[in-house]
Amino acid sequence: MASMRDIQRRKSSIASIGQITKAMKLVSTVKLQKTKARAEQAKPYFDKMYRTVTHILSRSGQIRHPYLQAGASKQKCIVTITSNRGLAGGYNSNVEKLVTGSGFEKSTVELVTIGRKGKEFLEKRGYKVRADYSDVMNNPMYSDAREICEKILEAYTAGEIGEIYVAYTSFKNTVVHEPKLMKLLPVEFSEEEITAGTRKTNEREAEMNTPMNYEPNEEESLDIIIPKYITSILFGALIEAAASENGARMQAMDSATSNAEEMIEKLSLQYNRARQSSITQELTEIIAGAEAIS
Amino acid sequence: MAEDRFFELHIIAPERVFYEGKASMVELNTSEGEVGIYKNHIPMTLLIEPGIVTITEESGKKLAAIHSGFMEVLPTKVTIMAEVAEWPEEIDVNRAKEAEVRAERRLQMKDPMLNLNRAEIALRKAMVRLELADTARNK
Repeated sequence: MASMRDIQRRKSSIASIGQITKAMKLVSTVKLQKTKARAEQAKPYFDKMYRTVTHILSRSGQIRHPYLQAGASKQKCIVTITSNRGLAGGYNSNVEKLVTGSGFEKSTVELVTIGRKGKEFLEKRGYKVRADYSDVMNNPMYSDAREICEKILEAYTAGEIGEIYVAYTSFKNTVVHEPKLMKLLPVEFSEEEITAGTRKTNEREAEMNTPMNYEPNEEESLDIIIPKYITSILFGALIEAAASENGARMQAMDSATSNAEEMIEKLSLQYNRARQSSITQELTEIIAGAEAIS
Repeated sequence: MAEDRFFELHIIAPERVFYEGKASMVELNTSEGEVGIYKNHIPMTLLIEPGIVTITEESGKKLAAIHSGFMEVLPTKVTIMAEVAEWPEEIDVNRAKEAEVRAERRLQMKDPMLNLNRAEIALRKAMVRLELADTARNK
């Protein structure tokens, strides 16, 4: 059995770790509330954007537009959104697994990393990092998303990359965060989404008796609207990831704190036992000593 | 039936819902020129150019600056998706002036590396901001 001093030392070190994790939990709780509010405020914009794009595509089903067809290049660009700091439980490794488990050949993948943790991990695994925007993660703004979007769209139109994905953690609620790999370009909607869009459009048009007009026409509108659509997805992904990061950290720190408490309890028990047994031993020794003398 | 003149107007920016209310008319700058929209307009989607949007409410007019985005017009509802939207009191005049000078300088240098489009947009944004701040002050 460990000596009383060892147990005591261990106890105090765990107690101070517990204090740190508790403080970190409080900090991330506050941050979570802030980022969550932001994510919720950004939702209407994204939803409307999504509806408009499905609507346009449902009307103009057979448009041949570079944004709607796979580029000639085999290169795939994945925008990975992770955190800059660790201690967030499985948050970062879940996103990293999406990339490593995506089934894409390593040589055909070029990464645009946002978040230092993901960058370090994937770089070590031999993935090529095309660009890094880790400083954005601390406080993602719309203009950041626009800048990143412009850069990758440029590469897309130049034919350097043929497909664009984003790997991020979507924020369902405070406790549920879901890592997601989403295709940005070429824009692809599932049949269901298109039919749902068409149905809604038809309903609405039946109501109003007139179809939607586009000025300039659909093709030109697509040119402008698709980049905006992608920027809005990227922005949404950024702030949702920020909220998820804080949520994940809060959970991780919460369980770390309760683990620390549990351990302290166990160690206290051990310590008390050790104390008691040492007292008993001392007593027996004294008594035995006294008996030997008399 | 005065109520009938009003339609629902939503201005949505990425970071927030910028404006929600009832308006009788909204005027703004689009890629096809300046437009003013009343109730019962035919359904239409338009692309927005940097400019001042004028919202005519029951109680008076409201001005705001909008830079790029698009709008969806339905007979009883208009939704403006703006990438950047600002009220006059949110505009930093000094900063806008600086941005204007900077953009002009860049355009004059005629640097072949320069993204002309971008500098022009920056200039227009700065001008819109200044104009809006000006009109709001003189009101």
